[in-house]
Amino acid sequence: MAPSTLSAALLIARKDLAIEFRTRTAFFSALVFALLGIVIFYFAWDPTAVAPIDLAPGVLWGIFTFSGLLGLQRSFGIEQADRAIDALLGSPISRESIYLGKAIANLVFVAAVQVIAIPAVQLFYGVPLLEHAAPLALIALLSAIGLVAVGTLFSAMAVNTKLAEMLLPVLSLPFFVPIVIPAAQATARLLSGRPGSEIVGWLKLLIAFDIVFVAACMLAFPFTIEE
Amino acid sequence: MTTPSATVGDRGPAPAVKGGMDWLFAIAVVAIAYALARVIYFTPDEAIQGPAQKIFYLHLPAALAAFFAFGIVALASIGYLWLGDPRLDRAAESSAEVGVIFTTVVLVTGPLWARPVWGTWWTWDARLTLTLFLWFIYVGYLVLRGAIDEPPLRARYSAVLGILGSLLIPFIHLSVYLFRTLHPRPIVIKPSAPSLPPEMLTTLLISFAAFMLFYLALVRQRYRLATERDELALEEAR
Repeated sequence: MAPSTLSAALLIARKDLAIEFRTRTAFFSALVFALLGIVIFYFAWDPTAVAPIDLAPGVLWGIFTFSGLLGLQRSFGIEQADRAIDALLGSPISRESIYLGKAIANLVFVAAVQVIAIPAVQLFYGVPLLEHAAPLALIALLSAIGLVAVGTLFSAMAVNTKLAEMLLPVLSLPFFVPIVIPAAQATARLLSGRPGSEIVGWLKLLIAFDIVFVAACMLAFPFTIEE
Repeated sequence: MTTPSATVGDRGPAPAVKGGMDWLFAIAVVAIAYALARVIYFTPDEAIQGPAQKIFYLHLPAALAAFFAFGIVALASIGYLWLGDPRLDRAAESSAEVGVIFTTVVLVTGPLWARPVWGTWWTWDARLTLTLFLWFIYVGYLVLRGAIDEPPLRARYSAVLGILGSLLIPFIHLSVYLFRTLHPRPIVIKPSAPSLPPEMLTTLLISFAAFMLFYLALVRQRYRLATERDELALEEAR
């Protein structure tokens, strides 16, 4: 009997996360990459001209997309070894479940990096991010959903091309623009203590992006599978 | 120079090469030349901007042709995923390539005009940013096409990107629009009557028609090239 879409998806997500938990290679490289990025960006500006509080939101969300790409590259890359993807496609699981499962695993991955990267930005830049923990967590979650929705689909496509991982950033980054702009702008408003009404518009934009692209990418995913 | 039959060798006769004049292309080139002559010699200078304003007759038609081209990419992509007809894939490919060329024209003529009029080559205005990202999306589309050899896979992947790219455009527009915009407001299609003087409007419309003809001619040429490439691939696979 074929399992339902969601339970099959959770099964796939658990498989991917178990692989990641046992090897931890992608997670640590993404994490170290994020921390390095946070540190390097601090030295890329003149601290007497630009205050860290002005830099922090941009750095946080810029690094978020780049470190997310590291995890996304692996998502379908691991299925290439021994053509594991063929076994996955041969199993009685719908294409939508495979996409959803991969996306859930990527979401956990990206969120785990953020859980460490956000306090690191607070520590290194001396900005009160964690005082706004609840709205910031909402921004992070909405951004992460959009990022993995698009990124998971492009990861499945990129592995079947001649350029492989090289292609993922070229395809994905334009799609991350409407994620990074609202996330960074909303975070900046939070940090400067602006009223919540100034953030609502940006959040709505993120929610709309998530709805449109989760649906569109799930519909498009079956077309990206090489039979 | 080798003849086509010599390169194909013993695999049978070469596919018939459609020789002769491409009449549509010829008409388009004449139309562009006519439009440019009209822009340069027969349209008055704008009172404040001077000759710099004449770039507008290239800039706006190129932008509209580029938007039209990317609209065709989206429609052909949807059609391809639905019907699986390789002709739709070739149409999307051709239109995307020509659209990128027109977007490049927009991105080059814009700063040339902005430098004397705005005093800066580039600014992060909403429309400029959107055009720049359009260029990035469809250059990425062409990079994707170049990275896949098998035609059915290439067609499916590019169709997916062609559709997602068109969904992305309103989001980029919304997110960059919230930055204050510097771009001139629409002066032709707007609720009140067009504020462009009639002789300038005529030149603009002629230029627009010439650009659309040029777009169609280029896409037609490019489409034929894609057809011949696919025929050659079939020939070689035999």
